Amino acid sequence: MSRLVRAAHAVWEFVVGDDPMTALGVVIALGATALIAGAGAAAWWVMPLAAVALLALSLRRAAR
Amino acid sequence: MFLACAVEAVEALTIVLAVGITRSWRWALTGVAAATAALAVIVAALGPALDAIPINALRVVVGALLLVFGLQWLRKAVLRASGLKAQRDEIKAFAAETDAARGAAVAGDGFDGYAFTIAFKGVLLEGLEVAFIVLTFGSSQHDIGLAAIAAGVAVAAVILAGLAVRAPLGRVPENNMKFAVGVMLTSFGVFWGAEGAGASWPGGDAALLVLVPGVLLVALGLVQWLRRASGPAAVGRPA
Repeated sequence: MSRLVRAAHAVWEFVVGDDPMTALGVVIALGATALIAGAGAAAWWVMPLAAVALLALSLRRAAR
Repeated sequence: MFLACAVEAVEALTIVLAVGITRSWRWALTGVAAATAALAVIVAALGPALDAIPINALRVVVGALLLVFGLQWLRKAVLRASGLKAQRDEIKAFAAETDAARGAAVAGDGFDGYAFTIAFKGVLLEGLEVAFIVLTFGSSQHDIGLAAIAAGVAVAAVILAGLAVRAPLGRVPENNMKFAVGVMLTSFGVFWGAEGAGASWPGGDAALLVLVPGVLLVALGLVQWLRRASGPAAVGRPA
């Protein structure tokens, strides 16, 4: 059991790293893109905007 | 992708050189061989599984992972360039690895578990990252073979460079490479993620020609913003 927990922790560290808020923001942005595209509207602008915002917010947190 | 693989190879090479020079080349290289064999099994197991996934689902997963990795790399690169985080110095990293290796006891005349384990772990970890980059880029572009060749060339180039110069790994401009890799991973992550989620890019693949310089400009702008925000103390630090 502890091996499973350690493996899950290693995968989490490998994928998410030390900034889970950014990973969560990426998932939310992808969901928003899917919703807007599904409604038939142009959705290409969501991800670039989200990437810039997530990077700026992550830097602000790190710089504090 | 070539740069990303080269960066991973430089990190693995630093570790292998450190334990090889100070402990045992035989067991360090045995660790490298064992890690390479383990990687081959992992790649062989994952490759077909990735091909069976529908392309849009793959693009979303690949895009999300690349974007998360890319934003992490870019954040660290911007912090280093703005002087808010110490730059990674390969010479210091090499010295730290060799000091740690000298400090560990040699396990008799035979098997050197330290050299083997450190080399194995270093190569397996960095190799997994290379394999992941190859599988994700290759699967999305339906050309895993070409991606594997590019990665192989990148790793071979770093190994040859390492053999030629041995210790002075600090000459490899890793910080600049990491900045460039962060920009590329973020750009491709944005592109594939949006495509996989159902968005259509104006101009199709040509949108990348705008995305990549756009992300680079934003990152450089953030470096300037952080330098101004943190004042002259940070600007005076190495950029």
